[in-house]
Amino acid sequence: MPTVAPFDIEGHVIATHFLGDTPFFATAAGELRRLDEGEKVTPLHAGMLTCIKDPFSASLLTAGEDGKVMRVAADGSSKLIAEAPRKWITVVAGGPQGAVGYAYGKASIIVLPDGSTKEFTEERTVEALAFASKGLRIAAARYNGVSLHWVNTNAPPTDLEWKGAHTGVTFSPDGRFLVTTMQENALHGWKLDGKPGEPRHMRMTGYPSKVKSYSWSPKGKWLATSGAPAAIVWPFSAKDGPMGKAPLELGTRANIMVTCVAFHPAEEVLAIGYIDGMVLGVRVGDGKEALLRRAGNGAITAMSWSANGKLLSFGSEAGDCGIIDIAA
Amino acid sequence: MADTATQKPVPVTVLTGYLGAGKTTLLNRILSESHGKKYAVIVNEFGEIGIDNDLIVESDEEIYEMNNGCVCCTVRGDLIRVVEGLMRRPGRFDGIIVETTGLADPVPVAQTFFMDDDVRSKTELDAVVALVDAKHLPLRLKDSREAEDQIAFADVVVVNKTDLVTPAELATIEEIVRAINPTARIYKTTRSGVDLARVLDQGAFNLERALENDPHFLEHGHEDHVCGPDCDHHHHDHDHGHDHGHHHHDHGHDHHHDHGHDHHHHAAPSAIHDVTVKSISLRGGEMNPDRFFPWIQKITQTQGPNILRLKGIIAFAGDDERYVVQGVHMIIEGDHQRAWKEGEKRESRLVFIGRDLDREKIEQSFLACQANG
Repeated sequence: MPTVAPFDIEGHVIATHFLGDTPFFATAAGELRRLDEGEKVTPLHAGMLTCIKDPFSASLLTAGEDGKVMRVAADGSSKLIAEAPRKWITVVAGGPQGAVGYAYGKASIIVLPDGSTKEFTEERTVEALAFASKGLRIAAARYNGVSLHWVNTNAPPTDLEWKGAHTGVTFSPDGRFLVTTMQENALHGWKLDGKPGEPRHMRMTGYPSKVKSYSWSPKGKWLATSGAPAAIVWPFSAKDGPMGKAPLELGTRANIMVTCVAFHPAEEVLAIGYIDGMVLGVRVGDGKEALLRRAGNGAITAMSWSANGKLLSFGSEAGDCGIIDIAA
Repeated sequence: MADTATQKPVPVTVLTGYLGAGKTTLLNRILSESHGKKYAVIVNEFGEIGIDNDLIVESDEEIYEMNNGCVCCTVRGDLIRVVEGLMRRPGRFDGIIVETTGLADPVPVAQTFFMDDDVRSKTELDAVVALVDAKHLPLRLKDSREAEDQIAFADVVVVNKTDLVTPAELATIEEIVRAINPTARIYKTTRSGVDLARVLDQGAFNLERALENDPHFLEHGHEDHVCGPDCDHHHHDHDHGHDHGHHHHDHGHDHHHDHGHDHHHHAAPSAIHDVTVKSISLRGGEMNPDRFFPWIQKITQTQGPNILRLKGIIAFAGDDERYVVQGVHMIIEGDHQRAWKEGEKRESRLVFIGRDLDREKIEQSFLACQANG
């Protein structure tokens, strides 16, 4: 039976991440809390808007209402990467070779390790950024599609068009697919390795609300998403991804919306957080469910697994968070 | 601990108006006067003149069409994002003020608060307030559709800088504003000196409150209320019986169309000529709900793009409560409001503000919904 170590803080928890086996919790007010033989609180931003784990290094990337972009190492030390005074920065992305992307308005700015920067301008506001796993290539989600830029060339971008507002963007771990979350209740996907003439678009619809949380399974076989009273899990192992296939529905609860999903780092096990604060662990193979945490004070807004996959941290919009020991 | 599900929605006031109309002055008054309330302010650009507030967010106008095939279903993507960020820390403020530029379309701003589920669950649009520069309005109306849209869409119109025009010019401005929007409350001020109680906490989109104090629909309660051209308020009726559409009321002398010396009429026809927004005020008896609801659905579906605002109080046959409706383009909401009062005339009134509306057709079909029709 899993055990929950509760850890309640003041305010909306926007993110929780493990760096190695050390958990971090980030609040909207701007504090970063690190649990390592006691709690260390760092006031990082005057209002934090985003806190992500850099997929390419053991560090966090944060940005806030103060216009600052920061990198935080596993030991809790932080470094200012960039600053745009008086801008709210909600978009950051971590790239290979230490690159960091951030955006405000119509501009995406890439900061390289030597401090040099590269800027790309879209016709509309940049809503999200993601780096491809190979090569220094960045995807900027915007109204009516995504623009793909090679950071080190001045070549024109590859524009992937699809009508509507794209608010989030992610590459599949193998780089074969690009998926966006949208303002409408849907995902859109593009097959990037298709031959000319092959179908390219993937429409993933049917959600009763917006998709705000998504997570790829360890080898990229599945993409789990929030936005329904079950985790909607799309199959991506086939050549054409989920096209023509129905998604799995895991952890279905009547009228209780899933607000957060996080795949285990090694197993095909999905942690599912709900609007009432409950957390379930569900095995993809047979749909078997385990209750990890009972309902709490608010919607689950963030979850993260430790590197060894034994601990799951979670946080809610009401500030109740904690660490679940799966093995206990 | 905060239970977000039961938190009261945060009121949102939208402030529109051209550069120079006095928005910054009004905003600074809202932020500095001692009413004990704190506001988060969303501005399009940090202006030259500072706004003195702890919480100001700059936001670029980003209009999103919803992918539902409806061209008028637009929202402001930037506001969705900023409001989401603000509402993670709701303790910082009591209300939100969205300032838009003179060129901004107020409709997507307002629709964001109805069409985006996340925004809608946490906030409530309180009122759209339009500031009008009395001196420059005729010119603005000639230049652009936006000036007209802002007035047409407003719940409160503040005619500012009245000291820069003659009483006659001011009367003309009122006439124009009233012609564009017969349901808005109009206040005349200098230096944006309108009573803040007339601007904030209006509940203009709240069905329970929306039409309760609306001068067009009920008794005329406000001392600084300006009656509209089609107003039937008795103290105006007796002194001129001709076409109200070309008349205003707040003046001391008599005038007629054939009076060559009447200086109002030199300015008014040309400015009114630039107005493309029309309003249709309908009045009928008790309605049959089985006819009225399909009718209003159909009107808003087919005429939605042309309807900027609609407001109404409906008397249904056999129903002891007033039913209120309001709409923006294709979005329509309705609910019972309160019991009809003793002696209150049970009649149905509906106002459409928009463009290219077929008055005759709408009126006939409305009257056909009457219970005894």
